[in-house]
Amino acid sequence: MRSVTNIVIAGLGGQGVLTASDIVADVALQAGFDVKKSELHGMSQRGGSIASDVRFGREVFSPMVPAGEADFLVAVEPNQVSVNAAILSPSGIVIEPSQFPADKLHSKKSLNVALLGALSRHLEFSEEAWTAAIKRRLPEKLVEVNLEAFALGRGH
Amino acid sequence: MKDSHSAAPASGTDATSLTSGAQQSSVELVSGNEAVALAAFDAGVSLGTGYPGTPSTEILEAFDALGGRAQWAPNEKVALEVALGVSLAGARSIATMKHVGLNVAADPLFTAAYLDLPGAIVVVSADEPGMSSSQNEQDNRRYAVAAGVAMLEPSDSQEAYEFTLRAIEIAERWRKPVMLRMTTRVCHAKTVLRRGKVPSIPSPRPADFKRNIPARVMVPAYARPAHKRLRAALAQIAEWNETADVNRIVDGSPAMGIVTSGISYQHVREAAPEASVLKLGMTYPLPFGLIRRFASTVERALVIEEGDPYLAEALRAAGIPVQGKAEMFRLGELNVSRVRRILAGDVSPEPELPPGKPPTLCPGCGHRSVFSSLRNLNCIVSGDIGCYTLAVLPPFEAVDSCVCMGASIGVGLGLRHALPPEQAKRVVSVIGDSTFIHSGITGIVEMVYNPPSTGHVVVVLDNGTTAMTGFQEHPATGRKLDHSATAKASIEDLVRAAGVRNVHVIDPTRDPAAFERLLKECLDKPGLTVIVARRECLLAARNIREYERMNAQCN
Repeated sequence: MRSVTNIVIAGLGGQGVLTASDIVADVALQAGFDVKKSELHGMSQRGGSIASDVRFGREVFSPMVPAGEADFLVAVEPNQVSVNAAILSPSGIVIEPSQFPADKLHSKKSLNVALLGALSRHLEFSEEAWTAAIKRRLPEKLVEVNLEAFALGRGH
Repeated sequence: MKDSHSAAPASGTDATSLTSGAQQSSVELVSGNEAVALAAFDAGVSLGTGYPGTPSTEILEAFDALGGRAQWAPNEKVALEVALGVSLAGARSIATMKHVGLNVAADPLFTAAYLDLPGAIVVVSADEPGMSSSQNEQDNRRYAVAAGVAMLEPSDSQEAYEFTLRAIEIAERWRKPVMLRMTTRVCHAKTVLRRGKVPSIPSPRPADFKRNIPARVMVPAYARPAHKRLRAALAQIAEWNETADVNRIVDGSPAMGIVTSGISYQHVREAAPEASVLKLGMTYPLPFGLIRRFASTVERALVIEEGDPYLAEALRAAGIPVQGKAEMFRLGELNVSRVRRILAGDVSPEPELPPGKPPTLCPGCGHRSVFSSLRNLNCIVSGDIGCYTLAVLPPFEAVDSCVCMGASIGVGLGLRHALPPEQAKRVVSVIGDSTFIHSGITGIVEMVYNPPSTGHVVVVLDNGTTAMTGFQEHPATGRKLDHSATAKASIEDLVRAAGVRNVHVIDPTRDPAAFERLLKECLDKPGLTVIVARRECLLAARNIREYERMNAQCN
């Protein structure tokens, strides 16, 4: 049994992939885990693919999720699921916008946080911990809309 | 100020959170780059300088956000020279650059190693195995050996912080520059940093000039003894390294012992949790005694390293029998899966990952029309380094060469000299504004000095920012690293002063047909022409307006 939880968040440049992985990493850090988060910067801001790896557990070594070992693949852009399919473990779970009423989002830009809501159902962190991390990681004016997005994804 | 809800500029926003995070708690999740900045700040580094380049850029931005004095230099050579001056004054400095930037700064680096430097100087080389945003994957550990500069290699943010402090300590003890060699995954990965448990280093001394001509003026008569002193210092550092706590042994099974450093250590611990590991923190000069003893205690000694077989070659040359990796693993980054393959001796073809969506020249880029015209006129395009290199991709495919910063001009001139006239007349050099300031100016001087018989045309794509690396300022924006106002270098005045008579400034988007007519006219005559195609980067425009507004208020 692996003691490290592996999450890969995938999308295109500009979709808030890094913001989403920052929030997950923050929640795990506050819960007392060792955390590592890694992605390749550079070309993604020209609209290319980007995938951000978040790993947490008692002790994490490599900052990169090994192929075939992701427990969760969170796809902000559904067409990035196939691109990243090799990262997912055989028992891994794909989180994507079709799993909740994404059309009810007030702003498409908070799709990244809505997906974290969907992801949160599978993780043992409290809703308060997620709320606190969203407040820490986002500018104040965006907190309200993103908390609503998170609730939509989480399913209440 | 920045909207962190959109992921666009990776830089800047992180640095802000770093400051607030540091105040809240002693356990932080920071990138290696932020950790270097924090250490530089905590150590009282008086000046940080460099040129933007992935994956190094965020170090100086974070240093600035913390309140440190951080400056962008026109290029890495100037940055290292400014840092050297700070060090000669007795104060602490840090010079940051990507791996290829150290090629530009290599000239001062090699002789800086001969100097007596009272203030610490730390040269950060951020290497990019895998080339996510670079033109090559050179392994700058070779530079430490070639220049005779001690080198530390952190493997996570905690070590990036601690080794930066250590580099300062070593630099001042031996009065020599120290290289901090990082790689993409150390620079950009966010890992836990605990600053509280780190032992402090001596406080910086106040800057004060003390003359020491034989130790600082590298004429041959002084350089010969200086080289001897460098080798003696390196021998002492090697001795120190034998017992230094920057190297660490992880006890494990005697069946397999792995010598490793940097990010490779992390992959090794995961791929081979049972193995004995010697993790080297200082990889030049090497602690051969320590390595020899470690290798003798294990049945099978292996080296796991990313990039060149630097360690494997050095250990074998020292008579320490170690296994290395197959040549295929020299290419690209290592990861846990690849380390497992190396350990298993598996050289079967690796699975190819499906390609993601490639980056593109932005749909709203004000310089797209330039590449349409270059294509319409069937130009041979000598390209350069920047986001405009993306014009090599469809639909434009309008870049015919790309080598290094500034090369567009020299390469374009060489093409003009050698090609038959009908082809030579179609050659155009295309270079961005920041790249032009970095190393385009000497190319212009060469063009005027040795003009091709068909003339030449240089197009400077001036978008008012260093866009590719995340919108940094440069001398031709008229703003410093922190976006405050300063003197503005004029590209058109620079080329006129160099002797170019035909200088045009035009907005290529306002009237693309007019731009194409101008380009055609210039190609048709044998003179030397510089066209400054000036159109602000669409992604940077909003921030630039904001900086201008703030700077106007300050005046």
